[in-house]
Amino acid sequence: MSQQGYVAAPPYSQSQPGIGGFSAGFGSPNSSLHYGHYGDSNSSCSAPQPGVSKSTVPFGSSAPVGPPPPGTHQFSQTNFQNGPSTPGQQPHRFQGPPPPSNTGPSYPSYSHQSQPAYPNTASASSTTQLATQLNSMQINSYGPGTTPSSRVSSGHPAPFQGPQLPPPTQQQIALPPGSQVPPPANNVNGLCAQSSLPPMARQDGIPGPVPPNPNLQQLSGQPPGPGYHPQQANYGPQMAGSQLSYPGAFPGGPAQLVGPQQKKLDPDSIPSPIQVIENDKASKGGQIYATNMRGQVPPLVTTDCVIQDQGHASPRYIRCTTYCFPSSSDMAKQARIPLAAVIQPFAVVPPNETPLYVVNHGETGPIRCNRCKAYMCPFMQFIEGGRRYQCGFCNCINDVPPFFFQHLDHIGRRVDHYERPELSLGSYEYLATLDYCRNNKPPKPPAYIFMIDVSYRNINSGLVKLICDELKTLLDKLPREEQEESSAIRVGFVTYNKVLHFFNVKSSLAQPQMMVVSDVGEVFVPLLDGFLVNFQESRSVVINLLDQIPEMFADTNESETIFAPVIQAGMEALKAAECAGKLFIFHSSLPTAEAPGKLRNRDDKKLLNTDKEKVFSTLTRDCVANGCCVNLFLFPNQYVDVASMGLVTMYTGGTLYKYNNFQLDADSPQFLTDLRKDVGKKTGFDAIMRVRTSTGFRATDFFGAIYMNNTTDVEMAAVDCDKAVTVEFKHDDKLNEDSGALIQCAVLYTSISGQRRLRIHNIGLNCSSQLADVYKTCETDALINFFAKSAFKAILSQPLKTVREILVTQTAHMLACYRKNCAGPSAVSQLILPDAMKVLPVYMNCLLKSCVLVGRPEIPTDERAYHRQLVLSMGVADTQLFFYPQLLPLHSLDLKSDTVPAAVRCSEERLSDGGVFLLANGLSMFLWLGVSAPPELIQGLFNVPSFAHISTEATSLPDLDNPFSKKLKSILQHIQSQKPYTMKLMIVKQREQPEMLFRQFLVEDKSIYGGASYVDFLCCVHKEICQLLS
Amino acid sequence: MATYLEFIQQNEERDGVRFSWNVWPSSRLEATRMVVPLACLLTPLKERLDLPPVQYEPVLCSRPTCKAVLNPLCQVDYRAKLWACNFCFQRNQFPPAYAGISEVNQPAELMPQFSTIEYIVQRGPQTPLIFLYVVDTCLEEDDLQALKESLQMSLSLLPPDALVGLITFGRMVQVHELSCEGISKSYVFRGTKDLTAKQIQDMLGLSRPAVPIQQGRPLQTPEQPVISSRFLQPVHKIDMNLTDLLGELQRDPWPRPLRSTGVALSIAVGLLEGTFPNTGARIMLFTGGPPTQGPGMVVGDELKTPIRSWHDIEKDNARFMKKATKHYETLANRTAANGHCIDIYACALDQTGLLEMKCCANLTGGQMVMGDSFNTSLFKQTFQRVFNKGFNGEFRMAFGASLDVKTSRELKIAGAIGPCISLNAKGPCVSENELGIGGTSQWKICSLDPSTTLAIYFEVVNQHNAPIPQGGRGAVQFVTQYQHSSTQKRIRVTTIARNWADAQSQLQHIEAAFDQEAAAVLMARLGVYRAESEEGPDVLRWLDRQLIRLCQKFGQYNKDDPNSFRLSESFSLYPQFMFHLRRSPFLQVFNNSPDESSYYRHHFARQDLTQSLIMIQPILYAYSFHGPPE
Repeated sequence: MSQQGYVAAPPYSQSQPGIGGFSAGFGSPNSSLHYGHYGDSNSSCSAPQPGVSKSTVPFGSSAPVGPPPPGTHQFSQTNFQNGPSTPGQQPHRFQGPPPPSNTGPSYPSYSHQSQPAYPNTASASSTTQLATQLNSMQINSYGPGTTPSSRVSSGHPAPFQGPQLPPPTQQQIALPPGSQVPPPANNVNGLCAQSSLPPMARQDGIPGPVPPNPNLQQLSGQPPGPGYHPQQANYGPQMAGSQLSYPGAFPGGPAQLVGPQQKKLDPDSIPSPIQVIENDKASKGGQIYATNMRGQVPPLVTTDCVIQDQGHASPRYIRCTTYCFPSSSDMAKQARIPLAAVIQPFAVVPPNETPLYVVNHGETGPIRCNRCKAYMCPFMQFIEGGRRYQCGFCNCINDVPPFFFQHLDHIGRRVDHYERPELSLGSYEYLATLDYCRNNKPPKPPAYIFMIDVSYRNINSGLVKLICDELKTLLDKLPREEQEESSAIRVGFVTYNKVLHFFNVKSSLAQPQMMVVSDVGEVFVPLLDGFLVNFQESRSVVINLLDQIPEMFADTNESETIFAPVIQAGMEALKAAECAGKLFIFHSSLPTAEAPGKLRNRDDKKLLNTDKEKVFSTLTRDCVANGCCVNLFLFPNQYVDVASMGLVTMYTGGTLYKYNNFQLDADSPQFLTDLRKDVGKKTGFDAIMRVRTSTGFRATDFFGAIYMNNTTDVEMAAVDCDKAVTVEFKHDDKLNEDSGALIQCAVLYTSISGQRRLRIHNIGLNCSSQLADVYKTCETDALINFFAKSAFKAILSQPLKTVREILVTQTAHMLACYRKNCAGPSAVSQLILPDAMKVLPVYMNCLLKSCVLVGRPEIPTDERAYHRQLVLSMGVADTQLFFYPQLLPLHSLDLKSDTVPAAVRCSEERLSDGGVFLLANGLSMFLWLGVSAPPELIQGLFNVPSFAHISTEATSLPDLDNPFSKKLKSILQHIQSQKPYTMKLMIVKQREQPEMLFRQFLVEDKSIYGGASYVDFLCCVHKEICQLLS
Repeated sequence: MATYLEFIQQNEERDGVRFSWNVWPSSRLEATRMVVPLACLLTPLKERLDLPPVQYEPVLCSRPTCKAVLNPLCQVDYRAKLWACNFCFQRNQFPPAYAGISEVNQPAELMPQFSTIEYIVQRGPQTPLIFLYVVDTCLEEDDLQALKESLQMSLSLLPPDALVGLITFGRMVQVHELSCEGISKSYVFRGTKDLTAKQIQDMLGLSRPAVPIQQGRPLQTPEQPVISSRFLQPVHKIDMNLTDLLGELQRDPWPRPLRSTGVALSIAVGLLEGTFPNTGARIMLFTGGPPTQGPGMVVGDELKTPIRSWHDIEKDNARFMKKATKHYETLANRTAANGHCIDIYACALDQTGLLEMKCCANLTGGQMVMGDSFNTSLFKQTFQRVFNKGFNGEFRMAFGASLDVKTSRELKIAGAIGPCISLNAKGPCVSENELGIGGTSQWKICSLDPSTTLAIYFEVVNQHNAPIPQGGRGAVQFVTQYQHSSTQKRIRVTTIARNWADAQSQLQHIEAAFDQEAAAVLMARLGVYRAESEEGPDVLRWLDRQLIRLCQKFGQYNKDDPNSFRLSESFSLYPQFMFHLRRSPFLQVFNNSPDESSYYRHHFARQDLTQSLIMIQPILYAYSFHGPPE
């Protein structure tokens, strides 16, 4: 009917052209009979109309992508092109198709698209590929080409389901219609066809008269009944959205096309990250994972399991993007899969896993290969009865030093294999000798210097007092080695506004002495003795000082601050004391006082970083050279130029914390937790990391909170448990499949007790000449970590648009390569995803939607710089959560079990009026309350009678003695436990203003800043892939 | 008529003035032939028990270029209430307050016995005395301890309302804020960076905040005293505080003795400059060694290179000397311009760089004390004596003095030698020929005590063909304005007159009125002054020639008969003085370090006649149990 309608429509068709086609497409998947479906699903709406609108959209898209439609098309290509830009035109084309649709039940959809083809017989082909509908574009391509028809048709006989199912071997899943999907639940990633969706979508859309459509205007042209409007409206917006999101990446056309189709896709049918995570948990969670095999793919970061080091570093320390490297660079280029490892050398291991052993090789220091200087490790092959060993990295044959000699057993393994961690484990530490120390002198224990901004703002907000009070107790909890009684770390104190105040807190003094340095142009440290002290020894003086600081400046009216000289001063102090250390800087405003590093308010939306700030770059160099790590706590009320101020922090391995509009009562728990955690962190100081690889490839690029003076040494003034360095590898040569690809990461550092040590992580990867092996062992979370860091680094040197395009094309390339080389034969129009990369598109889309990559003027520059900086040093687990937040339904809590409820996908569709959800991304946390959330739950959590009584001001939940509250508290704690940043809880009520903020985190949806929805993006990628394949 | 000896003595006691010639040759030509220039030693604040100060303003001559003070030598017309200036002959009206004067009702300044008179005037706000201690912390432990004790003791000697401040230095320079409670606070400066006064004041927060006070901020009372008093506090308020602070002073903890004297002084100067310009203030530097870093460094911090010796200086081998000297000269000039003075207490076994720093004391009238250690009674007593009080219970110190000299027309001022700097006051009575610090009729003496003595040289300009009528007298007036230690502003005026005599017809008069002691000291000052800038032998040769010429002029002898040589009584001792002067440490540097030479010269240039003579020709006393020393 609808189709007929379309046909008839010609006149207005222009406005609605696509409609017919679309509907067809949708319909088909569900049931053979489109009409039926339509009617059914859309019962409320007039079936035809909806169809029309939809179809139009796809059309447009298809046109550009697909091969040029045959001349047969009723509409000229030009029309198509225009189509995208002006939907109105597209519709026309469709009109043609509709007729065919009539004939074929399911294919109608295709037919629409392929209309032109239709005449050619394309109809059949089109029908087959309902699944592929996702990309109307593809379809189009088929259709028009007519040629494609052959493929399609061959692949899928009349029934749509048929074709789809088969292909869905494991990894590929075409985007079959939803209906078919059911089976796919397993590995099948298939983007399920929209088939199932159609009904849904329509319904939504239709009733949805939804939101206001800009596009409505276009509709106006349409004569059709009222029904149309709503639908179109829906589409319209989508299209717009999609366009915005990928302006750079794709031609406008495709994006638009994608948009419309999405609606029809059943979200449940496209690969779900949650599903993947849950599957992995189900198969590996709670088990023991032994690292005894080379190239073994570890459990996902989201899966809890016990890791046993049996010769390769635990995935907590190293995660690779793929555990099987392509054996040649040609292969690597073909696949375009980044070869990278995310190394988190100081990652925290849970108490039930063994901590690292410390190996002491005596005065000569660790045994190392003579040629490549790799450290003794399980990859060394002992030969000649144990007298010599062959280096696994460079193959050099070395003599075994006498003290290290040991006989070999019958399988050529040293008898003491299991007694020596350096022979049997993937990770362990060496004690370093003086040769590894700065100036060949044993290092002194590190120092922490607390530098507090005592300008008017901070005093007035009570922050200074808060910090001082907190320090009194915090200093008792400085980190120490397990075996030591007290911490060896010394502490020092500096306050500053426009000038610097140093404090002499020597234990012999009756009261602290304050020394003012006003020469901020050339800062120096005014005292050597008594500045850095042991807290236990100087306790009374320090406490006295901390008591006095807030009073001392109580009547200050100094509002200007300095910044670079503060860091300089801390660095000089550490330098003078000849030790490494951390600065804790508590700063609130843009440093506008006359001094080096003075910043101006230049909140230019286009700027993201300022490596050009010379002061900061030389400061950075000096800090790194002197092992001075800068931790920055920012409390801005307005623009503070995070990009410049965070620079030193970034490169010195420090952590940046930012508390916008800090309010003492609301934000201090968050800040204090962060501070406590940071002070207590186990940290390696004055570190140098070196990544050695076996022959055939090498580390070429490093991303993270690091500083590099040359191409190989990764310098970090300090590296703590949360900092990860992502290392990219490139081929030099062919890799040997037998020996695999070996990586040894050595970090030379000074421990918190002032011991010089080497931390070694070894990992062996496989090599293969089969691309399938490579794809099989990919790790999507690590890939996203790599992509995020490389993109975030690149935005400084390349236009945003380019960076985004690269991400999208690379995604498409990787998938296309798989499709071409690994996947079974299937229709081009099918989107086939390798099993290991099933969720790559959704994650990639999340990455593209991150505020760093969305260059929208509404997003404060500071926020972008802040996120950029955080992500650059994140480990895999953190990026995973950051880009794809955890959304937990709380209304269905199982109060009896102590497990965290299973997460749901981050999409608005998953929310319900009657639900309560918790969303966390590692930085912020939201408690979302549906308007009709269960009152008993509300009572239980907030101790208020109803939804209306809940205050959204609170940043924490009351401590209540009831199962709901306790359970939620334990969940919150669990979520928070492993995360480096304390998340501030925001309470959001459905349909209230703050919900906007919350919605940004529903990453599968279209974002208000123009990010595409998951489905949109999937279509877009699919289209790209098709282009690549054709 | 009394003898000239008595006359001279009487004059000295009354006016504190001793002239080389008490009868003046009446023409330029004759004056130059006298060899010894017409000059005088002036002790501006000579203590006088019988001089009650008067409590009103002096009456000045109305001629702008003259402004001489009304004095006993002026001719007064009591009926017309007019007086004639005896320097410029301007006729002046008495001010209304003098309406009642008559021959029997004369104001003090017209009485002959008040040729020296002191006025107390009310000008400007009175500011308490200021003592800024600048203390070296690179000392041995016991030295530092002794110094601390001396300083703590000194607090009790200061007038209770005096302002006191403390700057310590070593590798860094610390300016201690004395007003804070609970925590001792200091501003620290790098010892190697020379800062301008502006920078120092900015860094100490002394400059007024230019930023308008923002709304909602607590207002700070922007009173000047509040700001400055952070560093300079009345003794009575913070003596406990400061005593503790001094007690807690640590030796400079940096490994090497890096001493930033140059910067410390610069900061001290800048601090006072910014807070109390033109107010009596002493910067008291206590140093235990040479400056070793930063501007004003005298020697490097490596012990292998010794501090410069005369030998090095001759060989032009003293690398830091010129630069350092320049630094301290700049500082000294700034200090003097602000009316402050710098005292140097240098106690060390080796040299401490007095050579370079001497100008600080010399130009500002400061003390210079050299000792072996702060832990000696020499230093302790000397330091204590600084705060001694005079017979009237007042400190023997005055500040910010300016000396204005006015002369009769026949006389011009050639210059002055002493602890002063020129105020560059050109005037009709300034000679073109300079002797000492010349080209001016006014000098600034930033600090002086009752014995501080300046040598002032004159030039007779009367032409030979314009004889002065018989009985004519030449007059000189010294007007010294200063801040008394009681913080009062005072003006002391001394007016003297001497007879003119024609050297051809009345040589014996002139000869008889020769004051050979004064002449010896005046010549010695000239010699020492020249020695500062000229080669030693040249100075000696010049002195010798002067002596020979004098003997030629005034001796009686037969040619080629040495035995026939006679000098009159009034010249008899002069050659002997010259003999001792030649070999004194003021002119000979052999066996003296450059520091010692500077030290001796410093003292020689400020002592009064008696002290100077003793220094030139030490008196050998014989002590016995049976009588007084002889």
